[in-house]
Amino acid sequence: MTQVREIEFRDALREAMAEEMRRDQRVFLMGEEVAQYNGAYKVSRGMLDEFGPRRIVDTPISENGFAGLGIGAAMMGLRPIIEFMSWSFSLVAADQILNNAPKMLYMSGGQFGCPIVFRGNDGAGGQLGSTHSWCVEALYANVPGLKMAIPSDPYDAKGLLKTAIRDDNPVFFLESERMLGNKGHVPEEEYLIPFGKAKIRREGTDCTIVSFGRPVHFCMDAAGQLEKEGISVEVIDGRTIRPLDIETIVASVRKTNACVVVDQSWPFASIASEVVAQVQERCFDDLDNHVHRVNADDVPAPYASNLEQEFLPNPRKICEAVRAATYNA
Amino acid sequence: MRSDREPPLDSGTLRKWLRDMVLIREFEVRTMQAYQNKQIGGFCHIYIGQEAVAVGCTAATRREDPIITAYRDHGHALARGMEPKYCMAEMFGRIGGCAKGKGGSMHMFDRRNNLFGGHGIVGAQTPVGAGLAFATKYEDEVINGGHNTRVTLCFLGDGALNQGAFHEAMNLAGLFDLPVVYVCENNAYSMGTSIERGTTMAHDLSIKAAAYGVDSALIDGMDILEVYSGMKAIIERCREKSRPAFVDMRTYRYKGHSMSDPRKYRTREEEEKWQTEDPIEKLATYLRDHGDFNEEEFKQLNAEVRSEVREAIKWAEESPEPQLEELYTDVYTHSCGPYKGTSVPRMLHEGETE
Repeated sequence: MTQVREIEFRDALREAMAEEMRRDQRVFLMGEEVAQYNGAYKVSRGMLDEFGPRRIVDTPISENGFAGLGIGAAMMGLRPIIEFMSWSFSLVAADQILNNAPKMLYMSGGQFGCPIVFRGNDGAGGQLGSTHSWCVEALYANVPGLKMAIPSDPYDAKGLLKTAIRDDNPVFFLESERMLGNKGHVPEEEYLIPFGKAKIRREGTDCTIVSFGRPVHFCMDAAGQLEKEGISVEVIDGRTIRPLDIETIVASVRKTNACVVVDQSWPFASIASEVVAQVQERCFDDLDNHVHRVNADDVPAPYASNLEQEFLPNPRKICEAVRAATYNA
Repeated sequence: MRSDREPPLDSGTLRKWLRDMVLIREFEVRTMQAYQNKQIGGFCHIYIGQEAVAVGCTAATRREDPIITAYRDHGHALARGMEPKYCMAEMFGRIGGCAKGKGGSMHMFDRRNNLFGGHGIVGAQTPVGAGLAFATKYEDEVINGGHNTRVTLCFLGDGALNQGAFHEAMNLAGLFDLPVVYVCENNAYSMGTSIERGTTMAHDLSIKAAAYGVDSALIDGMDILEVYSGMKAIIERCREKSRPAFVDMRTYRYKGHSMSDPRKYRTREEEEKWQTEDPIEKLATYLRDHGDFNEEEFKQLNAEVRSEVREAIKWAEESPEPQLEELYTDVYTHSCGPYKGTSVPRMLHEGETE
C-alpha cells in the first residue's frame, strides 16, 4: 500500500508555484520578504535557492508600486505572482489591482490582457485587530474582469493556484494565515483544479450550507454537531467566488429545500448577499424557508480574543442558522 | 531654437517631424470642434503646445521600445504611428476605434506600435511603466540570456509628481536597475494648480530624482531638436547601462486642462509668451533658415494634413457604433458565463505600421 502523502497548506502553495516556475520561465514571484527571508509565512521557503533573485524578487514595502509593476510585466506577457503579506495591505494598492488589472483588456479593446496572480493571507489571523484582519472578498469580487479563488485545504490550494498561474486573466488568490499549517493529502502527481467547480465536502439531505475558504471548516464542525440532532447537512465548498458555481449550489438546494450561506466578510453587500440573491432567483419555489446568512458581525474586527471569536462565523452561529432554515420543514 | 549647430539629421527627417507635429495640432483642433459638436463625449485633454515632446521623444526610440502615458494621449498615439482615423473613431465611441470605442480619449492603446495606453488616473501608469521595463529586461536577460535591449518611455504630467505611485515607481526603478525613462511633461499646471502650489522644489525637479539615485535632465520641450538630441542620449545611456532616468521636460499646454477649463488661473500674457516659443513655428523657421524649405512647401504640408484629418473625421463618422454584444467581450480572455471572450480591434488587422 502506498503511503498517502500529507503536506501543509503552505507547502502546497509552494509546490504549485515552483512547478509552474519550472514549467514556464515567464512566471516569477515578487513581494515583501519572499526571497532572502524565505517568506514572511515560509510559503516561499527555499525558492530563492532554486530560482535565484531574478525570479524570486524581494520588494520594499511598496504595495502600490510592486502591484503596478506586476501589471506592467503582465501586459508585456510575463506571468507575475505578486504576494501580499496580507490582503489587508492590498488596500494601498487598490488603484492598481482594481482600476488597472481587471480593466486593461476591456479598456484596450482586447489588445492587452493582464495574466497576473495576486495572492496572500485573507481574513482574521488571530487577534491582529481591525486593520490587519481584512476579508477582501466582498470588496473586490464586485469588480468584473478579475477571478477570485479561495481554497480551504492543501489539495485545493495547490490545484487552484496552478490553474490561477496559467489563467490569462488577473486572479485574486485568497489564503488564510490560520490555515497555512493545516495538513492534508496532496498527491505527488500533477493535477489542476478548474475554476468555477464547487466541491461537495459532505453530502446531506436536509439543508445546504454554502461557504468559501476557512469557514468551510466551521461548517463541517457544525454539520457534525447537527447530525447528532438528526439534521443532515450538505456542505458545499465554493472554491472560487468568481466564477461562482451556482449550478452546483442550485442542484443541492433543489434537493434539500433549505440553504444557509456562511461567509467571513461583513454581511452588508457580502458574498453571502450575492449567493442568497442568486439562490432565491433560481430556487424560490424549492425553498421551505428564506435563505439564512452567517457572516462576520457588522463591526470592525476586534482585538480581544473572546470578542474576535464571537465576531467570526463559528459553528454555534452556523448551527443556529441551520436550525432556523430547517425549522418546520 | 539653437541655430548655431549643425542639423543633427537630414532635412527629410526634420520635415517628417514638422509634418507629425502639424498633424497632431490639426487633429486636436478638429477634436475640439467634434467635442463642441457633441460627437465626442466624456473628458478630453488637448495636446496643442506640447507636440515637440511626443514627436521628439518617439523619434528617439526604437519601435520595440514600449511607451506608456497618461490621459493627454492623442499626441503620443499619433507620434507612435497610430493612424488618425483609429484615434478619432475611438473618441467618437465607434467600433473602428483603437479600442473598439471602449476606452475613449484617455485610453489610446496600440499593440502593434507598443503603445501600452493612455491611463486616466494621475500617476497610475508610472508603476506599470516600471513593470514594462522589468519585463523587457527579464525577457532579454532571464529568458533569452542576453543583455537588455529595450527602454521604456513612461510619460507623466507634473501633477503626477505628487502621487505616491510615482515615488514608489521611481524607487523600484532605481532599486531594480530598470531601463525606464520617466518623462515629466512639465506644462506647469496640474489642472488649475500651478506647479509651485503643488510640489516642493518645483524649480529643480532633479532633486526628486536624485533622492532615488536616478539620473535626470532638464530639456526644453518646445524645441524638438533639443528634445530629440537630449532624449536620444538619455535613452541610449539607459539601454546600455540598464538604468532609469528622469526628465523634466518643460512645455506648455495652450489649451485648458480639459475641454471645460476656462483657464482663469493664468494670465493671457503668460499664454502669449509661451506661444512665441511655438514648437511648430520654431522648427519651420529652422528649416527655412537651414535648407530649401519655403512657405509654399509649408502651405502644401498644412493642406495635406488638413485633408488627412478631414478623412479621419469622415472615417470615424462612418464607422458604426459598437454592437451591444461588445458590452460582454474583452472582460475575460475566454468565454465564461455571460462573457464572450475577446477580439482585437480592426486596427490590428489592417492598420498601417508606419
